[in-house]
Amino acid sequence: MEDIVIQVSDLTKFYGKNPAVSRISFEVKKGEVFGFLGPNGAGKTTTIRMLTGLSKPTDGKASVLGFDISSRIIEAKKYIGVVPEISNLYDELSAIDNLLFTAQLYGVARIQRKKKAEELLKIFGLYERRNSLSRTFSRGMKRSLTIASALTHNPEILFLDEPTVGLDVVAAHSLRNLIRNLHQQRITIFLTTHYLEEANLLCDRVAIIVKGKILTVDTPENLKDKTETKLLEEAFMKITGLEPTIMLIEKGK
Amino acid sequence: MLRDNLRSIYYIALKDIKTYYLKPPAVSWGIVFPITWILAFYLRNPGDFKELVPGLIAMTILFSTTAADAVVINFELRLGTLERLLLAPISLSAVLLGKVLGGIIFGLMTTLVVTIGSIIVLGLHLNFLYLILIIIPSLLVFSSLGALLCVMVKEVFEAQTLLNFPRFLMVFLSGVVYPVSKMPAVLQYFSYALPLTYTVEGLRLSFSGDPGKMILPHTLILMGFFFIFILPAIKLLYKKFE
Repeated sequence: MEDIVIQVSDLTKFYGKNPAVSRISFEVKKGEVFGFLGPNGAGKTTTIRMLTGLSKPTDGKASVLGFDISSRIIEAKKYIGVVPEISNLYDELSAIDNLLFTAQLYGVARIQRKKKAEELLKIFGLYERRNSLSRTFSRGMKRSLTIASALTHNPEILFLDEPTVGLDVVAAHSLRNLIRNLHQQRITIFLTTHYLEEANLLCDRVAIIVKGKILTVDTPENLKDKTETKLLEEAFMKITGLEPTIMLIEKGK
Repeated sequence: MLRDNLRSIYYIALKDIKTYYLKPPAVSWGIVFPITWILAFYLRNPGDFKELVPGLIAMTILFSTTAADAVVINFELRLGTLERLLLAPISLSAVLLGKVLGGIIFGLMTTLVVTIGSIIVLGLHLNFLYLILIIIPSLLVFSSLGALLCVMVKEVFEAQTLLNFPRFLMVFLSGVVYPVSKMPAVLQYFSYALPLTYTVEGLRLSFSGDPGKMILPHTLILMGFFFIFILPAIKLLYKKFE
């Protein structure tokens, strides 16, 4: 039996009286790239926030690496890295200081901190700019540094929330290569994205969430077969029943 | 777990000092403002300057500990960098205590500069033990007061506005320049509900060298204020992320 690293059961989150996520259940296996797909406001970020301890569930259960997110999330946090949709770097710190600070927070041994930070900066092509303030970086460089920061403590699970949003073609391509690389290293990746072809290229399995409810969980290939479509985007449209705005306008809706 | 939290409190404070406190806005608000204010009173009546030293030190503690609170809490909340701290394997209390410790360290540095400068320039004598028993709890009180007010609101400008209200209220009513004993009775009652009053009075005791007067009640009252401010601050921060 494959190892389950994230187990979600009837997880629910209400903001006031509005359900952001409603009784969702799914599992993520060790080492897979799991895509969490859905339109804006579907509940993707809310789910990530609950699984990473930034928000408390209203109801339901979930565990990350066997740690219950309601009672033992701090223990789970030692083994997870999070890349939020908007980079959360300290603009007034240099690239290397940003990484060293994360390493300090996660308790990386003093002798390993600098070595690890420099290694990551080299991998992400930022080593030459290691002493520059992160506020002087381009959007793509900031994105790379944010991901590097999430990897300083060698996490077993990496949460990536819309990692390629706002990146140019080259930067997005490099990032996808990096995700493949991490995948080869057996790091579990929980990825949310708007770009369905990106999910098609990277994900072993995807969950489709709309209005806080999961409609299906399967491999991209199976979803395309089931819906008799060639592209994941078409499969997504069929499954969700969503139509592009332009088609709705043409139909006079 | 406790070790992880303590380590993080230290590194968060260190990061905040490096990133925010040692920058011109915090330095000017934390040091230049109290000195300018007191100098204005000195020019009015140079003969009584020694009397103003406890007030000057108290104001330095108040303004320096709260100098960057709006930035370290509200600005970081807006940028998402506070969430970066909350993603780390540490408790939320540790995050807030790290923020408070940053204010305390910066407050201690500026207070030492002002205190030592006053002692040397004016040739003052003081009871060092009394001074420590007042300065340390005062730093805790005002840094946690700043944290509490900042977690009560969302935006940086709201926090700055809210911070100014108790700052100036205390400067006028806590005996910084005008002795509490000479205030109308009603205002005196009000003064003793303000923590800065105990800081100013404690500092006066430290400089008066009167061993007959007890400093400990002032220390205990200030520690009481610390818990009154820090506990709801932690609770409010928890609520923000529920």
